[in-house]
Amino acid sequence: MSLLLLIEQVLNGLQFGVMLFLMAAGLTLIFGVMGLINLAHGSLYMIGAFCAAAVAGATGSFVLALVAALAGAAIAGALVEILVIRRLYGKDHLDQVLATFALILIFSEGTRWLFGSFPLFLDVPDALSGPVTLPGGIEYPFYRLTLIAVGLMVALGLFLLISRTRIGIQIRAGENDREMIAALGVDIGRLYTIVFALGAALAGLAGALVGAIQSVQVGMGEPVLILAFVVIVIGGIGSIKGALVGALLVGLTNTLGGIFLPEVMKLFMEPAVATSVGASLASMAIYILMAAVLILKPTGLFGARV
Amino acid sequence: MKFFSLAASAALALGVVSANAEPLKVGMITTLSGGGAGLGIDVRDGFMLAVKQAGNENIEVIIEDDQRKPDIAVQLADKLVQSEKVDVLTGIIWSNLAMAVVPAVTAQGKFYLSPNAGPSALAGKGCHPNYFNVAWQNDNLHEAAGAYAKETGYKKSFILAPNYPAGKDALTGYKRFYDGELAGEIYTKLGQTDYAAELAQIRASDADSVFFFLPGGMGISFLKQYADSGVDLPVVGPAFSFDQGILQAVGDAALGVKNTSQWNKDIDNETNKAFVESFQAEYGRLPSLYASQGFDTANLLLSAMGSADVNDADAFRAALLAADFSSTRGDFEFGPNHHPVQDIFVREVIKEGDVYTNKIIATAMTDRADAYAAECKM
Amino acid sequence: MTRENGLNMLIVAGLVLVPLWAFFADEPFTITLATRAVILAMAAVGLNIALGLGGLISLGHAVFFGLGGYAMGILAYHAQTYTPFVEWPFVIEGTKSMPIIWLVAVVMSSLAAFVIGLLSLRTSGAYFIMITLAFGQMFFFFSISWSAYGGEDGVSIYLRNGFPGLNTLAPIQFYGLCFGLLMLVLLFASLLARSPFGLALNAARQSEQRVQAVGMMPFRLRLAAFVISGAITGLAGALFADLNRFVSPAMFSWQMSGEIMILVILGGVGRLYGPVVGAIVYVMLEHVLGDLSDYWHIYLGVLLLLVVLFVKGGIIGAVSGRRTAHG
Repeated sequence: MSLLLLIEQVLNGLQFGVMLFLMAAGLTLIFGVMGLINLAHGSLYMIGAFCAAAVAGATGSFVLALVAALAGAAIAGALVEILVIRRLYGKDHLDQVLATFALILIFSEGTRWLFGSFPLFLDVPDALSGPVTLPGGIEYPFYRLTLIAVGLMVALGLFLLISRTRIGIQIRAGENDREMIAALGVDIGRLYTIVFALGAALAGLAGALVGAIQSVQVGMGEPVLILAFVVIVIGGIGSIKGALVGALLVGLTNTLGGIFLPEVMKLFMEPAVATSVGASLASMAIYILMAAVLILKPTGLFGARV
Repeated sequence: MKFFSLAASAALALGVVSANAEPLKVGMITTLSGGGAGLGIDVRDGFMLAVKQAGNENIEVIIEDDQRKPDIAVQLADKLVQSEKVDVLTGIIWSNLAMAVVPAVTAQGKFYLSPNAGPSALAGKGCHPNYFNVAWQNDNLHEAAGAYAKETGYKKSFILAPNYPAGKDALTGYKRFYDGELAGEIYTKLGQTDYAAELAQIRASDADSVFFFLPGGMGISFLKQYADSGVDLPVVGPAFSFDQGILQAVGDAALGVKNTSQWNKDIDNETNKAFVESFQAEYGRLPSLYASQGFDTANLLLSAMGSADVNDADAFRAALLAADFSSTRGDFEFGPNHHPVQDIFVREVIKEGDVYTNKIIATAMTDRADAYAAECKM
Repeated sequence: MTRENGLNMLIVAGLVLVPLWAFFADEPFTITLATRAVILAMAAVGLNIALGLGGLISLGHAVFFGLGGYAMGILAYHAQTYTPFVEWPFVIEGTKSMPIIWLVAVVMSSLAAFVIGLLSLRTSGAYFIMITLAFGQMFFFFSISWSAYGGEDGVSIYLRNGFPGLNTLAPIQFYGLCFGLLMLVLLFASLLARSPFGLALNAARQSEQRVQAVGMMPFRLRLAAFVISGAITGLAGALFADLNRFVSPAMFSWQMSGEIMILVILGGVGRLYGPVVGAIVYVMLEHVLGDLSDYWHIYLGVLLLLVVLFVKGGIIGAVSGRRTAHG
């Protein structure tokens, strides 16, 4: 395998990782601030993709589609927070798992009822389509490069938001001591709604961006949701930094595992068997990684609280 | 329970005493909710269209949703056989669900007509006199893609499919008739949606063509990413990733791609023309491969009902085997293992106005049966 | 007698009478549905030992359910094809005998629960939920690509396995067998909860220090609970596979884990009959709502949501009026 191919695959792993980060960031914030396990986060990802596909279909503008995805997911998130999630904060994880699982059912079948059972169309905008040639002669899709850039910019933005702004201070305070910030006169209900809507918007953005190169269909959120959970658990729940590191680890493991494990297996067995065994191992790789991290560090790489 | 009973009331109103006083009961188990619902809805709509057009008063169809879960499908089969006492079952889309349901159903003496899945186990050693497949054996369309690749002169194909039994069958089927070298052979993760890594491997290889079997959303993702990657090799695949239901979601990325299918809307015969027109009129969309299979399945059943009583199993079986109906595919007959012997075509994805669709450009295989018929003893 | 006990007796009576009625009314499908409910209830009783008694929120119990299923599938497959399961160093044949299959299912799932518990119990809270989920996914993806036993297609068994003295193909007899086992498991669970072990486990759930102070190791208590829990769910898995005469990776899926957990929560966490009520209601909902509309998942979702938000202590809690499960 040439060095160029290796670099290209690392880029692919990075791109997958930063998109996972967009999902995981919201999930980990919501868990960190409100102590809520939100299984319905994948539905918000789906809502983003469907809003984008609907608006792109009607207007032909990818920018408007992204705006619609952000807005649609944020509004759906805020509504769900006010109507349902708010009643779950005091409850234990079990009730949260069941209630947000119920939300998945409602969102998935509701979307199917609205948009039908067939996948929707959403494409990469012309300006970003096709490959570009990188230094060293690597041909790489321009859109995927854009995704890496957007993901890293969002990560930077989130760090600034959390560390430099008033709302960020409130979020950090909320993670450490809930009673305290209520006593300081912060409207905690409003803060929770904002955090939830922010997480939802990030998920919706990820759904729209990824939807352009994948299939926009009902049920697209759940596989990503599971991966996002893997990410935040590896990184340590509540930690944005952990989410970023975890997302990149999972992205790289998933991508590189799929390529190298079959090759490694070929050293031991026949090629046909090796391809199949390697592929099986590759699909288990991130879960093995996660179990290994948790066995060594039971609260994840950057997690403090249990 | 959704009854589509055209039976009793009409018969009574006309005062007709038919020879078959008991209507024939059909149980349809198919996927109507969740991710794969589009395929089941098409099969159901095609089937019900044929039933409606026939105006036959002696058929009653009970439709159930399997949610694409094997255990639910088994439970529904039990219900249809035990409570509803159906004579014939049909409708299952997925091979793994068919494997869960069909052996038990046929062992209980019921007929099963498959409108979609054709796992090799049921075509070979596990074949059964009461099991009829009206669609294809699972390998067929992949074999046709291999035959087309050979004829076109591809010498180095890069082939990929998901890591599950149907995926392995697909690559085996392709290799059965393709005789060039392989530039690479990859099993992807089932349900995978990002193919960047595989595309990089294709680009780095010296392949001259790409064959893939990635049904449903996996295929949509792959094609969009393929078009965007700058890899410019010809692609062949089975019809599943290029069908009417999903082509609109793939868009330009699919244009010009060659795919293999036993059916297309431009097959030139009266039945097919009438089917395409009436399906559009009834449901407001173009029919898919799956709709045509549902339609053919119903017409096969109706033709057998016309010449035999379902309670006389031997006569009914012979009537089914005769396949005396006009298929949307033109010629249609069953081989010794009750699987179709049929022509398989090469289609190209084109754009008609705003709608993406297919047109037939060649015939890949003529009168193709399947690789497992010899193993079938019945 | 408390209202909860009365309710429990009502449930048992229903589980006896309804299938009997169905038998005489010639409604075999009702018996099949009841069998499904009873088997799912057993799986959930297993989870309830970890969840209700031990406070261990496992989102990976499908591992044990699936192992039980595959124990049945693999042994019966070899018996059906007359091929030995192991040829070297000694020959092990497949079998169609339920008691042997159950034994294998229980041993396999206990072993798996021991290893998974040993590794997972180092974590707690949300991390525990997620690490059990991860183990579930490993088994799921492994079974999908395990082509010797059908991969995603699973394994079909043409005839239900046998039990000495019974015709298991008759729905009512197979139901009787499953119902009897459920009663035994419930008896075991209630004895366990009142045993010194159960009391210590319960105490460890409420206050770790208190248990450590009297010289017991919460880790060992929890591990034992997790193994027992897994074994019961594994037994249910073997029965479930026999009910369907079929086993597939779907039994290992995270949705399956979620479904078992829903049964427990719906009925009432930590209550002896909670999982039983949950399973009965869930199977009935699935059956009734499925007939209403293609979009019946929406109704199911709304209903579940209402239960979580407004009904404390699950259905048993709501009906018995006792809000908490543990006194």
